[in-house]
Amino acid sequence: MMPDLGKYAEAVLSSYAVSIALIIGLIVLSVMRANRVRKQLQEIENKVKRHG
Amino acid sequence: MNLNALWEYANPKKFIQTTDRVLPWVAGLAALALVLGLIWGFFFTPVDYRQGSTVKIIYLHVPSALMAINAWMMMLVTSLVWIVRRHHVSALAARAAAPVGLVMTVIALITGAIWGQPMWGTWWAWDPRLTSFLILFLFYLGYIALWEAIENDDTAADLTSILCLVGSVFALLSRYAVNFWNQGLHQGASLSLDKEENVADVFWYPLLVCIAGFVLLFIALVLLRTRTEIRARRMRVLLARERMGA
Repeated sequence: MMPDLGKYAEAVLSSYAVSIALIIGLIVLSVMRANRVRKQLQEIENKVKRHG
Repeated sequence: MNLNALWEYANPKKFIQTTDRVLPWVAGLAALALVLGLIWGFFFTPVDYRQGSTVKIIYLHVPSALMAINAWMMMLVTSLVWIVRRHHVSALAARAAAPVGLVMTVIALITGAIWGQPMWGTWWAWDPRLTSFLILFLFYLGYIALWEAIENDDTAADLTSILCLVGSVFALLSRYAVNFWNQGLHQGASLSLDKEENVADVFWYPLLVCIAGFVLLFIALVLLRTRTEIRARRMRVLLARERMGA
């Protein structure tokens, strides 16, 4: 299944590994921050409602 | 199409309602295109007779470099909208896009260096395109730092918009440096409307799918991050009101 990358295998595989890691990292951080901020805003809005 | 209807989306509530429906589709399509394009490019394309298997790096390098430049161009447009019409969503969209553009620039620089070492015999050269790309990377860092450094959102939006206008020169140079200065190591554009200048079809089709994947990923991330910035701004406003009331 794995293609024969010859003498450049290290260069090709490291390019894919670094790029995919950076993309996944960016997605995970973006989703985590989105969830955290949404929850925090919800709490603050509830607090504001309770206190009129 | 009524262009004035577009300004409805400058309303934060309307923006969040609309992206609630759109975001899952864009994210799903982005994942599909990226997985399909990268698997096609990595496993099912031949090696190039000159570049060997390093040609497979094209599926990451070209789309990321394209998005690094286009992300800045999108930031330029939304910054101009902020300067002219003072719509907060547009300023926040520019802020949301910057980290995505930064990551795209880093991927383009790293994959370029990894490809350059075996092909050019060096990781780096002070070539016009590479140098303008490095300057674009520094502009991204400066832009993000400026947003973080200023407490008042409107002042931060004003100053970062000006920085974005200045940085656009380097975003354009990154794209056209090869045409402006006919020197340096970096070859001409891999993509062109002129069929003769494009890469062979066997590499071209998976590359197109990868580009579509990167574009959709960028849109999905910018929508998600803009929603976050809108909520974070609302949170800062509520907290400020609470402090003033206390």
